[in-house]
Amino acid sequence: MGTASLSHEASADGATAFRVTRVVTDERPWARWLLIGVTVTFLSLFLVVPLAAVFAEAFRKGLGAYLASFRDPNALAAIRLTLLTAAIAVPANLVFGVAAAWCIAKFEFRGKSLLISLIDIPFAVSPVVSGLIYMLLFGMQGWFGPWLAERGIQVIFAVPGIVLATIFVTFPFVARELIPLMQEQGTEEEQAAVSLGASGWQTFRRVTLPNIKWALLYGVILSNARAMGEFGAVSVVSGHIRGKTNTMPLHVEILYNEYNFVAAFAVASLLALLALATLVLKTLVEWQMQRQVTEALELREET
Amino acid sequence: MSVEVAHITKTFGEFRALNDVSLRIRQGELVALLGPSGSGKTTLLRILAGLEVPDDGSGGVSFHEEVVTNQPVGKRQVGFVFQHYALFRHMSVFENIAFPLRVRPRRQRPSFEEIRRRVMELLELVQLSGVGKRYPSQLSGGQRQRVALARALAVEPRVLLLDEPFGALDAQVRQELRGWLRRLHQEIHVTSVLVTHDQEEALEVADRVVVMNAGRIEQDGTPEQVFHQPASEFVMRFLGQVNVFHGRVHKGRASFEDMAFDYPHYPHDQEQRATVYMRPHELDIHRSSNGVPSLAARVERLNPAGSSAKVVLRTQQGQDLLVDMPLERFRQLGLAPGEEVFVVAKAARVFVPDIAPEYMI
Repeated sequence: MGTASLSHEASADGATAFRVTRVVTDERPWARWLLIGVTVTFLSLFLVVPLAAVFAEAFRKGLGAYLASFRDPNALAAIRLTLLTAAIAVPANLVFGVAAAWCIAKFEFRGKSLLISLIDIPFAVSPVVSGLIYMLLFGMQGWFGPWLAERGIQVIFAVPGIVLATIFVTFPFVARELIPLMQEQGTEEEQAAVSLGASGWQTFRRVTLPNIKWALLYGVILSNARAMGEFGAVSVVSGHIRGKTNTMPLHVEILYNEYNFVAAFAVASLLALLALATLVLKTLVEWQMQRQVTEALELREET
Repeated sequence: MSVEVAHITKTFGEFRALNDVSLRIRQGELVALLGPSGSGKTTLLRILAGLEVPDDGSGGVSFHEEVVTNQPVGKRQVGFVFQHYALFRHMSVFENIAFPLRVRPRRQRPSFEEIRRRVMELLELVQLSGVGKRYPSQLSGGQRQRVALARALAVEPRVLLLDEPFGALDAQVRQELRGWLRRLHQEIHVTSVLVTHDQEEALEVADRVVVMNAGRIEQDGTPEQVFHQPASEFVMRFLGQVNVFHGRVHKGRASFEDMAFDYPHYPHDQEQRATVYMRPHELDIHRSSNGVPSLAARVERLNPAGSSAKVVLRTQQGQDLLVDMPLERFRQLGLAPGEEVFVVAKAARVFVPDIAPEYMI
């Protein structure tokens, strides 16, 4: 993209004229339009059109039919379960992510790079495999399944399994977001806080947390979006029991397979709205983070 | 004794940062730990603060006869000023300075008004009364340094520890802050330890200079002592510019190149190698030798820009020699590049291996 800067220049008759200075990295106009064209076409085909299609299908039989889809108790149960799962998985990963990032960024210990690799496993592994891991651990033919079943605890084909699978697939988000930022910020401020008499908790709450809050929020937003939208891992452990173990993405699939398109896309439209809301929030937070980074850079340059 | 360090050793993996170091600091003293990087000065400072722990089985640290070796940093009541200030970037200057007061246990915490009063007092002390509401990113380097100092003083420290306090500032601000720190110390008289690699800074600011090298204390004395009576070749080299010549001592005489002089401290028959050190300002240039021990040399370069004139010469054996002389003397001599002259030493220092250094001429 070309950037043009305006510079004041006094013209011969004494009036001030504006001159547009071309930057050397500017592309020629046709190349610029070609690049923009390709990008816009691609984005429309693969993002905007499908997103619009979701809403078009959802409202095909009118607002009444759309709203009726949400009066189905099974749909309501799916929404409730999705919210519950996210409400457990996101805080759990918030705590885990902060703890992991804290120890990775602020301390030196043996096995640190191994820990970083472990955190990345859910990104590297297919969600279906993640689901199967839990089947292997807690299923009736699994390691702990029979033992748990004797005590009347059901994990697989029940809410606990869904929550566990969701926690597994979402746990890198917060940690991954925080580690680079915390490493860059270093430990000097924490050392200063401790030397000034602050306890470990005071140091965390008054010094570390304010410095990472935007990155933390960013990680939480991404983590939440994935928790609500997760299909693969949850599908394996859920058992697809209507009204009981179906989350929103699973419910959408069932409705679609039953040719109940309006209901399927109505529920899907909620997920799409979630995605849009996530994008808006993400942009706002990114903007805040950028500001923080710029400030940090200015601070560094001046010193 | 305000601070006492006894037989401290500290190793990081294979590296021995401190090797059996002992040091005593009197109440109200301002001591500079001076040394090149890797000499252990910062490690010693961090051990004083409690930010590092000495090796197991090595000695300890005590403040006012109270052993604090195992006390965590937060309990030691030390004020630590970090090299890059480590101000809390999300807090205003006021909040930065109030921090140590606000994090005290509830029973010892001053009231809201008291905190406010104390912070205002400290801001005034560091001459920053107007900037309480600003954030660290809005301050200049020198201002940040002063905020960091005020924050450290808010702890009401038993000992104030400063790690390269002026390291990140430009020369002029540095000069100003040195004088300011000296005056501040006279005003509040808190026992202070300052780490620096800048010998000029140490000599100018401190009451006492502790020169460190390779994990050991090379010399501990007043600025005058370490400059004029260096205890080792290292101290001689580290404090200021010096001309070094390799020569020998034999039967009460020392010699190098074409210069020889009496050296009664080595009366032995056996010839020994020796190193001769001469500071540039302890040398003078003469047109003729006049029978005085002197060194023939050729004038290479002249630089009269400064408070004294610097003359670079080359000896007959091709070694560079630097002479510093008052501008008046320089004008009187009227030297020209290429001229053959005689360099006379007003003072020189001879280091013979295994023999204590002696002053001569």
